[in-house]
Amino acid sequence: MSEITHPLRKYMRPEVKKTTFCPGCGAGIITQALLRAIDELGINIDDCVFVSGIGCSAWIPSPLINADMLHTTHGRPIAYASGVKLGLPNKHVIVVSGDGDLSAIGGNHLIHAARRNINLTVILVNNGIYGMTGGQTAPTTPFGLTTITSPYGNAEHEFDISKLVTAAGASYVARWTTYHPRQMTKSIKKGIEKKGFAMIEAIAQCPVQYGRVSKQGSAVNMLKNYKQNGIRVEKAAKMDAAELKGKIVEGEFADFDKPELLAASAAALQARTGGNK
Amino acid sequence: MGEAKRINTGTHFMMGNQACVEGVIAAGCGFAAGYPITPASEVFNSLCKQLPKAGGTLLQTEDEIAAVCAAIGASWTGLKSMTVTSGPGISLMQENIGLAVGTETPLVIVDVQRLGPSTGVPAVGMAGDMVQVARGSHGDYQIIAICPESPQEMFDMTVHAFNLAEEYRVPVFVMAEGFVGHMRERVVIPEESEIKLVNRRITQGGEPQTRCDFLDPEVAPMPIFGRGLKTHVTSSCHDEHGNRNLSDPDVMHRYIMKPIEKILNKRDRIVEVEADYEGAKLVLVSYGCVSRSSRQAAEMARAAGLKVGTLRLKTAWPFPDKEVRAAAESADFVLVLENNTGQMYPYIKAESAHACKVDFLGPQVLGQIHDPQYILAKIREILK
Repeated sequence: MSEITHPLRKYMRPEVKKTTFCPGCGAGIITQALLRAIDELGINIDDCVFVSGIGCSAWIPSPLINADMLHTTHGRPIAYASGVKLGLPNKHVIVVSGDGDLSAIGGNHLIHAARRNINLTVILVNNGIYGMTGGQTAPTTPFGLTTITSPYGNAEHEFDISKLVTAAGASYVARWTTYHPRQMTKSIKKGIEKKGFAMIEAIAQCPVQYGRVSKQGSAVNMLKNYKQNGIRVEKAAKMDAAELKGKIVEGEFADFDKPELLAASAAALQARTGGNK
Repeated sequence: MGEAKRINTGTHFMMGNQACVEGVIAAGCGFAAGYPITPASEVFNSLCKQLPKAGGTLLQTEDEIAAVCAAIGASWTGLKSMTVTSGPGISLMQENIGLAVGTETPLVIVDVQRLGPSTGVPAVGMAGDMVQVARGSHGDYQIIAICPESPQEMFDMTVHAFNLAEEYRVPVFVMAEGFVGHMRERVVIPEESEIKLVNRRITQGGEPQTRCDFLDPEVAPMPIFGRGLKTHVTSSCHDEHGNRNLSDPDVMHRYIMKPIEKILNKRDRIVEVEADYEGAKLVLVSYGCVSRSSRQAAEMARAAGLKVGTLRLKTAWPFPDKEVRAAAESADFVLVLENNTGQMYPYIKAESAHACKVDFLGPQVLGQIHDPQYILAKIREILK
């Protein structure tokens, strides 16, 4: 009897037999989107280096993906990845981490990597809450939502991370929910191919923590919400704030070409020294 | 047209921080990251001009946290990597220094120390980070720290720091002070062929689950990125293959102990002191630029017929316990001189107090170098 093997299993470490994710978690959809993007681009997985931080989504590549992997401290994966990229300019350096990791404790590294336009691909998994530590308010938690650290309702306003990173100067920025895995895959492919800083914000359901406090409940209900309230960025541009309330704006926020850090540095050195070191 | 020499061989009149830069180049450093900070800025400033011409890469980061992280990331690509900062930067780097220890990453950190606490006085030197570099990150671990006393040693010890980092897969600190960093003196840079360089051993192949990538007291070869080795590096507790393990007490024990043994088992090869106390009743123990005052005070005392010797700790960490003990057991009195309020003093006292009397002497005014006459007065008081 022939064994049925998932077509993306070849990219996973053979010794990894189980997932650390809760039932219904969005991480599985994002893992598939990422690996399918690499597969469709025909990239050798050995030409990729994955870097992650701390939190549930940092465990998407670590230890699952069968490639060089650097699992770092909380908030710092983009800083580590910058060193990896400068050391291995010809490899695809891909950061996978969460909204708490990359936009709270690591927010400074996120915006500065976007500003200097270093050729990294960042998959920012945004579940709107701190999942691993038990459901605390994140910078992405909606205003008013009750969580374990906002028992009287969140009095803070949430980040729009894609707008933030676009404003910081990234070459490519896109946002998709886990209800739109094909679009997400396409954007990850574009992000990997983009010569410059690329971020794909993946809105992901966390039924265990976010689903519970938001009363959205199960993963299925959360995905239905993404289906009903997801709205394309082009359409959203023509809507006012009242109409956009509760909507999730999806699509490409930035897609343009400008000098990438390494190429710009090499060109500057060449121009100043005429190639004579 | 002859090719430009890679290193700056010759005799120079040079600032300590610039001598450090020449050492970074001579050591074959491939990556440096930094953030501006007094009194260390000259090192990164000069590197920005010199390192690209030597084939290296730089990144001026958004803060010191990013600097140390980027340097660790670059080290995993096989480049000799470094960062340079002062006390406030070390404070910010601490968590990720722990990552470098836990993942056994070769890394050089040049610390041109300044007066603290807090912002303190940026341009005034003080040995303010002596304990925080060894104990400042959470958990238990061992690093290597060496203490230059002159611009010449800023060159020599920077090269040596890279060699130690490569040999032991560990962060190595060059513990300069603002004084040494800004001091200008004669610096001799040898011919390239005369400079001994050490390169890390690199994993040549195999599968992660059958290799030993970590936790080898004899120092595992480094499975650097980009060669299809499918290396798994994690700052979490891990086993010899890099597998994260948060449940097996035996793995946790090895995760802590093996990197410590890696350094302590080799401490006789790592630790260096300058001992000059034969027949002395009183031994002056010091490190860094204070050793220069200490040596002069000892010479003056000897000229006056007093039996005074010196012990200079070129290595601060791993702590030269045996060497301090030997000095204490040969003398009646140990006087510890530091340009701070006594950061290494408890460690020195712990190895001395069983054998002789021990006392501490800070500078007359903190942040100033000990006046040899002031040390001599203290010597006379003790030996009267």
